[in-house]
Amino acid sequence: MRYSTFLIQRVLLSVLVLLGLSILIFVIARVIPGDPARIALGPLASRSQIEALRAQMHLDEPLYAQYAYYLAGLLRGDFGESLYTHRAVAIDLRDLFPATLELVFYSGLLMVVIGVPLGIVAAVWRDRWVDHTVRLVSLAGVVTPAFVWAIVLMLVFAYALGVLPVAGRLSPGLVPPSAATGTVTLDALLAGNLRAYLDFLRHLILPSVSLSLAGVAQAARLTRASMVDVAGRPYIEAARAFGISESRIALKYMLKPSMIPTVTILGLDFAALLGNAFLVESVFAWPGIARYGVEVILRKDLNAIVAVVMIMGLFFVVINFCIDMLVGYLDPRIRLRQMEDAA
Amino acid sequence: MNAVAVAPAREHLRRTWYAFSRNGGSVVGLGIVVAIVLLTTFAPWLTPFPRHARAFTDFEHAGLPPGRPYALGTDTIGRDIFTRVVFGYRFSLLLGVVVLTAAVPTGVLLGLLAGYYRGWPETVIMRITDIFLSIPPLALALAIMAVLQPNLQNAMLAVSAMWWPWYTRLVYGLVSSLRTEGYVQAAQIVGASPAHILLREILPNCLPAVLTKMTLDMAFVILIGSSLSFLGLGVQPPDPDLGTMVADGAKYMPDLWWISVFPGLAILVIVLGFSLLGDGLRDVFGVEV
Repeated sequence: MRYSTFLIQRVLLSVLVLLGLSILIFVIARVIPGDPARIALGPLASRSQIEALRAQMHLDEPLYAQYAYYLAGLLRGDFGESLYTHRAVAIDLRDLFPATLELVFYSGLLMVVIGVPLGIVAAVWRDRWVDHTVRLVSLAGVVTPAFVWAIVLMLVFAYALGVLPVAGRLSPGLVPPSAATGTVTLDALLAGNLRAYLDFLRHLILPSVSLSLAGVAQAARLTRASMVDVAGRPYIEAARAFGISESRIALKYMLKPSMIPTVTILGLDFAALLGNAFLVESVFAWPGIARYGVEVILRKDLNAIVAVVMIMGLFFVVINFCIDMLVGYLDPRIRLRQMEDAA
Repeated sequence: MNAVAVAPAREHLRRTWYAFSRNGGSVVGLGIVVAIVLLTTFAPWLTPFPRHARAFTDFEHAGLPPGRPYALGTDTIGRDIFTRVVFGYRFSLLLGVVVLTAAVPTGVLLGLLAGYYRGWPETVIMRITDIFLSIPPLALALAIMAVLQPNLQNAMLAVSAMWWPWYTRLVYGLVSSLRTEGYVQAAQIVGASPAHILLREILPNCLPAVLTKMTLDMAFVILIGSSLSFLGLGVQPPDPDLGTMVADGAKYMPDLWWISVFPGLAILVIVLGFSLLGDGLRDVFGVEV
């Protein structure tokens, strides 16, 4: 299959998935509970108020028409007004989402920068103490919920040792850089405010480490497993027979092919970071989307809920798409297999 | 006749145990799971203050650090943390068992149908499965919790709704390769009904993989369940739940650290137990999940 055909097919599939997600959320939000207008206005609303809002929300029209209005709104980025903040949901998201995205981005970076080298080290010194240590650390990473890491790390590094800040994104006295993008990294660097950026990094360490530990563990396990899998292949023996240095064999001949399965799973893990960010943000009072998300769920604020879930879905789909493209590029066999599946 | 029948069975058991126990971790996992099951079953007799499991106040002993007689300390209204952790395990196990009981048969049945009947059932079932799998797990659970009241039953419902597609995909993959096996074709030739072929010929060969995945998933269901309660969307007070306890304790950090740290470690222990046990089963059955 040509790469362009593969690309088009993947785009269509992603659109299909988003469409499916929008239908699912529509069904959950509009069909299962009682009258959305009554929920929106509360128990004290009069009959005529409810009637008016029902008409405004197109609730008297057939379901497919309601879905069309809803989908048109989503496509315009118009999620309606939040009952919780009394502002447009899109504005709320614009204020809160960048902080979450930034946390997720740095955590994903840690996942790769720490996890993959740990896996390489474990695979090279297989069955030695390094390997056993990495395995234990990975196990601890996988079985511990992010919020437990958050609390333990906070106790040790922020309270007991006092070397890192307890919570928040910037120190209270610090003048924040003007909010151009909402992310401190870009805003601070655009404004040339290095002090704010370094302060931000100090605040970032504990949340991003708590969030990424499960992913680091997964990355280390996968890298190790696929490198060990490759290690027994004849071409590695051949490389050795040619007298190529061990480090070159490990980093070039073993690592490269073993990255293909690793990249796929890491992509999924990276996408899952967004969900887990909910758990970590609430511990560290990170000014992201988590508290908003939980609050709107508890208050049954349907417009905001739809927006939060759709944005999580969109993030997930975009990441999956990028991973598919990357893997399809790295490994042409995957494109072939897709073609066989389709046939 | 008995002696003849028993000997191979015992031999089989011995070999299975050997394969299982070769990895020390599996035995530790089994130990943890058995200990937790026993502890929760006999919780009213094994815990020092069973009444502390629900609404109870004893302000005289509030916020005590670990010591005697409160091994893991007390919370802000004087309840024994150890007792509440043990009773909290009951909710974790209940959540895991109910979710898997709901999700696994659904997922397995759909996987069987999709794998066996090519054509439209396969397309419809697998596309729906793909859509469910492409939603971030916590987002789906949050969306479902959004319209329902936050409590244990609804948390179970939400987690079940996100769990079945994994089994559909697993069984679908297995059936796709099993359906061309000789014994399946033989059954088809002698005119066995599809129900017989699916349930008596194919299903038994999927069970090792399904069972292994279920054990590993107990760990992850408990993890997700505790995450939901941590966010306030799962088990509601005064019922003890590990995630809720961690969240409550987080407000009193760092002075009353034991209120959240010990329930947090308790989650770690139960998740560790089930994942080690699952890894052991995977070795014994030699399956990929």
